[in-house]
Amino acid sequence: MELNAISIGFVVFTIFTLGGGIGVVTTRNLFQGTIWLMVSLFGVAGYFVLLSAPFLAAVQILVYIGAIAILITFAVMLTRSVTRIKTRYIRLVPSLLASLALFLILLLGVTMPIFGGVSPEHAPATVASTRDLGAALVDENGYVVPFLLASVLLTGAMIGAIFIARDDTA
Amino acid sequence: MDEICTGLCRLMVDSGADAGLAQFVSLLVGVLLVSGVPLLTVILLIWIERKVAARIQDRIGPNRVGPIGLMQTFADLLKLLGKEDITPTAADRLLYNVAPLVSFASVVLIWAVVPFTPFHYGVDLEIGALFFVAVASFGTLAIMVAGWASNNKYALLGAFRVVSLLVSYEVPLVFALLVPVLLAGSMSMLDIVNAQSGMWFVVLSPLAFIIFYISSQAETGRAPFDLIEAESELVAGFNIEYSGMKFGMFFAAEFLHVFTNGILMALLFFGGWMGPLYYESPLIAFAWLGAKGGIIYLTTLWLRNTVPRLRIDQIMAFNWKCLVPLSIANIVLVSLALKVLQELDMAPRQLIGASFADMLPATILLLLINGALTLYLLGILRRRGKDARREAQAAPVQFARATAATAD
Amino acid sequence: MVPLWMYLAVAAALFSLGVFGALSRRNAVAVLMSVELMLNAVNINLVAFWRYSETSTDLLLNGYAFTAFVLIVAAAEAAVGLAIIITVYRNRRSVIPEEAAALKG
Repeated sequence: MELNAISIGFVVFTIFTLGGGIGVVTTRNLFQGTIWLMVSLFGVAGYFVLLSAPFLAAVQILVYIGAIAILITFAVMLTRSVTRIKTRYIRLVPSLLASLALFLILLLGVTMPIFGGVSPEHAPATVASTRDLGAALVDENGYVVPFLLASVLLTGAMIGAIFIARDDTA
Repeated sequence: MDEICTGLCRLMVDSGADAGLAQFVSLLVGVLLVSGVPLLTVILLIWIERKVAARIQDRIGPNRVGPIGLMQTFADLLKLLGKEDITPTAADRLLYNVAPLVSFASVVLIWAVVPFTPFHYGVDLEIGALFFVAVASFGTLAIMVAGWASNNKYALLGAFRVVSLLVSYEVPLVFALLVPVLLAGSMSMLDIVNAQSGMWFVVLSPLAFIIFYISSQAETGRAPFDLIEAESELVAGFNIEYSGMKFGMFFAAEFLHVFTNGILMALLFFGGWMGPLYYESPLIAFAWLGAKGGIIYLTTLWLRNTVPRLRIDQIMAFNWKCLVPLSIANIVLVSLALKVLQELDMAPRQLIGASFADMLPATILLLLINGALTLYLLGILRRRGKDARREAQAAPVQFARATAATAD
Repeated sequence: MVPLWMYLAVAAALFSLGVFGALSRRNAVAVLMSVELMLNAVNINLVAFWRYSETSTDLLLNGYAFTAFVLIVAAAEAAVGLAIIITVYRNRRSVIPEEAAALKG
């Protein structure tokens, strides 16, 4: 891995992503946890830029920092006793062991060429653009059905969320 | 890395400098220039805003420090720097200090995609229009964080109000933004401006411009949407605990955001640098952009100092019951009309480089559709206003009681 | 250029962090945040595979488009999940998932 803008970016975004992730699972204060989550997801958006998917990076920031962060903060504030839970963890040791084992297996899988071919060192020079994605999303041989289903899902989720969270007493 | 290394960088490499160093230096210079423009502008903007506000309110405004008070902002800056930097003991130290930085950065970052002239811009992103919406969402988060980290009830209440306002008005803002993107067929700011060579988008879709104007006024938290600093209700809103330069950063971010919105509207709807003789010199192009952005900026100041503040429920009702449906209808109609016209060969399929004559039929039809929608909107608003007035007149006692109840 | 396995390794680490959080945190909101971490780890994988595959130039945008759909599902999941948490909190004054066991047989 030679030293250039992309590898420096990779290191920086790795620090963001994993540091934020550790913050999410360890912090006692849930509001801070939300901020850590955003740091982590910002790092993921950085990866998307490095992987030449700028559209996904912008959507990632828009959806997570613009919407989900606000949603989680509101939920944290509305469930006040949240911050007063005495113990942070249940089943601390078994889950720690399980996730460590999972990580080791996954790491083995991605570094050792056990499952098929060798991992490529270089990405192809040319890459599809946002315009191609837009065309593919509405192409009948592309993703038009999942695209329409996604809009139905969003509408359903919106109505469902409003219906569930509505205060009937008010 | 050849495509990145142009201009200054190429010059340095040719004169014998190390390629990596040259690239770094030219990038640094570019970043400093792009971020320097807004930082310098904001100093002038504060003076302009105070002068304009003073004139509207029949005052003189700052006129003591320097010629016609021009140095007033520098004096204020020195004062703010000299103030004691207070962090409340119960505050979340890290988040409390980071929030003003994020707030200011969210506005400065928008300037990265602003093309000043056809040749001078920070970066021409494929997703420029989406970039600035995404970056603006950092500002929302910064306000939430500032309100929470201050550990003050008023700050938190103010932050809640602001965030619900900002999140709601982002919806019509993005929908209105989609119209220029749709017309230009690209999200790159450069393409959007170039696509307006035949006709400005404000003529093609004035409704989208009006919706964008209203929602961006709300995004900056200016009157009639200035719930952020409803002094009589919230003391000062989310930034109540901030002092010194940290307060100054929130303050500067707001002022800069208003001007940035003016520039963005000039780019998206008024043809950016397009104007007589713009191709002669980058300076003329830049002057056109500045003039257009400045005029829009002045109208927002005018609006701010003329209209009263609205209640939060009125603001929300206006957004969800009026702006959002209207912006969706606008998008559907504009895209439909454009497609039909293109199929009939009455509109150019590629707006970039289209001439005035090419655009004429499409313009007339789109203008008619937009006019009809606008009249419909005005009709709804007039009926609503009439109903509200009748209700208020029919039940004056209840009205008085309700007012008394809220005052308690 | 960064080799593919590095992206996959980071995604594996992020996913394991998410699994740990989802299994061990007592608070439902924290569990939901851990689930978001896992979703994002998957997204890194999808985009990385798409970028490093030879088909990334033509219209085959599987990884790219799939990630966009995962983002949509994540937004829907967060909205409904938080609505459920708020309702459970309102009814039982608790945000601990184990205590909302009224339907347990």
